[in-house]
Amino acid sequence: MSPDQDRHHRLSPAPVLDLDPLIDDPGTRIVVCCGSGGVGKTTTAAALGLRAAERGRKVVVLTIDPARRLAQSMGIDSLDNVPRPVKGLDESASGELHAMMLDMKRTFDEIVEAHADAERAATILNNPFYQSLSAGFAGTQEYMAMEKLGQLRARDEWDLIVVDTPPSRSALDFLDAPKRLGSFLDGRLIRLLTAPAKLGGRAGMKFLNVGMSMMTGTLGKLLGGQLLKDVQTFVAAMDTTFGGFRTRADATYKLLQAPGTAFLVVAAPERDALREAAYFVERLAAEDMPLAGLVLNRVHGSGADRLSAERALAAAENLEEPRIVDQEDGKAGLRNSPDTYGSSESPASDLAPESDSPVDPERTVDQLTAGLLRLHADRMQLLSREQRTRDRFTALHPEVAVAEVAALPGDVHDLAGLRDIGNRLAAGRPELPETAVD
Amino acid sequence: MSRLQVVSGKGGTGKTTVAAALALALATEGKRTLLVEVEGRQGIAQLFETETLPYEERKIAVAPGGGEVYALAIDPELALLDYLQMFYKLGGAGRALKKLGAIDFATTIAPGLRDVLLTGKACEAVRRKNKSGRFAYDHIVMDAPPTGRITRFLNVNDEVAGLAKIGPIHNQAQAVMRVLKSPETAVHLVTLLEEMPVQETADGIAELRAARLPVGRIMVNMVRPEVLDGTDLELVRDVPRSAVAKALSSAGLGGARRGGNAEKLVDPLVRQAEEYAVRYELEHEQRSVLGRLGLPLHELPLLTEGMDLAGLYELATELRKQGMS
Repeated sequence: MSPDQDRHHRLSPAPVLDLDPLIDDPGTRIVVCCGSGGVGKTTTAAALGLRAAERGRKVVVLTIDPARRLAQSMGIDSLDNVPRPVKGLDESASGELHAMMLDMKRTFDEIVEAHADAERAATILNNPFYQSLSAGFAGTQEYMAMEKLGQLRARDEWDLIVVDTPPSRSALDFLDAPKRLGSFLDGRLIRLLTAPAKLGGRAGMKFLNVGMSMMTGTLGKLLGGQLLKDVQTFVAAMDTTFGGFRTRADATYKLLQAPGTAFLVVAAPERDALREAAYFVERLAAEDMPLAGLVLNRVHGSGADRLSAERALAAAENLEEPRIVDQEDGKAGLRNSPDTYGSSESPASDLAPESDSPVDPERTVDQLTAGLLRLHADRMQLLSREQRTRDRFTALHPEVAVAEVAALPGDVHDLAGLRDIGNRLAAGRPELPETAVD
Repeated sequence: MSRLQVVSGKGGTGKTTVAAALALALATEGKRTLLVEVEGRQGIAQLFETETLPYEERKIAVAPGGGEVYALAIDPELALLDYLQMFYKLGGAGRALKKLGAIDFATTIAPGLRDVLLTGKACEAVRRKNKSGRFAYDHIVMDAPPTGRITRFLNVNDEVAGLAKIGPIHNQAQAVMRVLKSPETAVHLVTLLEEMPVQETADGIAELRAARLPVGRIMVNMVRPEVLDGTDLELVRDVPRSAVAKALSSAGLGGARRGGNAEKLVDPLVRQAEEYAVRYELEHEQRSVLGRLGLPLHELPLLTEGMDLAGLYELATELRKQGMS
């Protein structure tokens, strides 16, 4: 498929997701940014939060695992699990921005402290099983992210909460993990383990009881009796202090379905990320959770997209051809050889000019221009690949509105960068000076 | 080359792909490798374009020169059942435990136990010999959990310290640690030339070293070809636009005069070069951060056509060329 043909596909794209009306609407209280890892979720959440604040809303952004420099620029690099005001905001619209980074252990501890008297809380906090559970159990981070969201919402100090979701293996984990963890902790087995005596007393349960003692015996051998005992005391202590975990998980789940919550699925125009995004869109629909649209980050464009990759390459060869015949260093010929990837050594050395011999200035310009054309050919090939992946998604979900964000050459780690992303987000389409088709 | 090669990396860096390419590279010339998956994602099956992998070693590819790659997706539940069967001769009772959710319970409640089962299975394959006394596999390549969790995953001894202090699990953990901390093992980290993955790689290496686990190499994945070099990028800053327009025109791309087709190309092309320059500099910065970590560095090219079976063989060839087998 030639990129020239490709360009015509651009004319039948998905509806454009207009983000400003969404973040300006006082009815929008929670925006959840979800998607697979490495697609720019955190940056999107931070940029949206900043934009909403500068447009006059009182915003808090809950991030899970921001890049260090981004966190520093927002003043949330110290983990204290409390929203901090972000400095450097344009306050002319009298908005506010707070940001925080989730500390899952701290959040868990807070739940315990809030629901148990000091003595009982201490028992729980010192329980070894609790400690491993709160420090890094599968699903704890997701559970605590949702818990924190619930807390922020309950405080009612902000009129918009923007949440980033944990970098899970699967984008769906943050929906499932809290329930999974909840039902595990409230589960049948853990009940059986914690109350074997009750069971034994009932007639007709003898068989089960035999099974149980064999089972606790085996588990005890495997896990060590101490761990089982820790689990039992933990569950007993938790149980008497506040309602089941599952109930709490269900409550946050309901919050996500409530009016005022909007989901943004974040993706990059790559096969895997968009596949996850498609699953997510389907899942949200199945759960009655309101999808606002898809944010497609890192979309590439070109101001010279009338020039196809093929023509650019042909022209580059044209410019390089005479060189190979009459110039010795043959650099152009080597330039794209696989050796460029070499192992450890090469990197910085090629910053220096490679030869001291006088160079014909015109040749150098030719060589440079050929390089520019090759770069352009790469860009056009990338464009058509991205377009193909996007088309696949749009074919599956033509109803989903999409905001495209043009790729930035570097990382974002200050408010100016976030503001720039915000502008791009709101524009909904990357700025492509010459996209009009003949 | 160590017999057990553990491949980790930040999510999204392509560690499964690198692990698979490494397994292929190590299998060339009549050798046999086992590619092990521990996270139940079926990433290997996807890469090799085969159906879902069962919990059993199965040949999935033939390497150049007649070598073979086997694959195994380790399921912690089934591994635990195997294990109970082996030590306690549970028979049908094992199945009853599974029904009650006890197996799930045990592996969930004690993540260390699950890790011992997973690493234990891989270490068993490392040590396994066939009837003629030769090793069953020349190399085992493990597609391991991501950098953030790799040290805890491999450091099973500490993890199960709170569990049984005697008995089969304890012994198993000891045996696993003997293999993992020996020169038989190398832990490789996959990264990209971007800030976060590089930072995570540096952190991961420090953690592995602190736990005295053998760190192998850094594999930089998806490296973009160098289309313009430093000299070009300097030149592009002050080259007269008209000269570029003339060159474009001489290559048959239209008129070089103001408003001509070639002239109109100059600005967008130069802008693309400027974007490239920003990335070029960032990548050089990250490369030098990686260089300071003092480990052998390998670079794998970005496959522009996306990842497929052919691409996997290409990466394997590249790894061999760079002496990874």
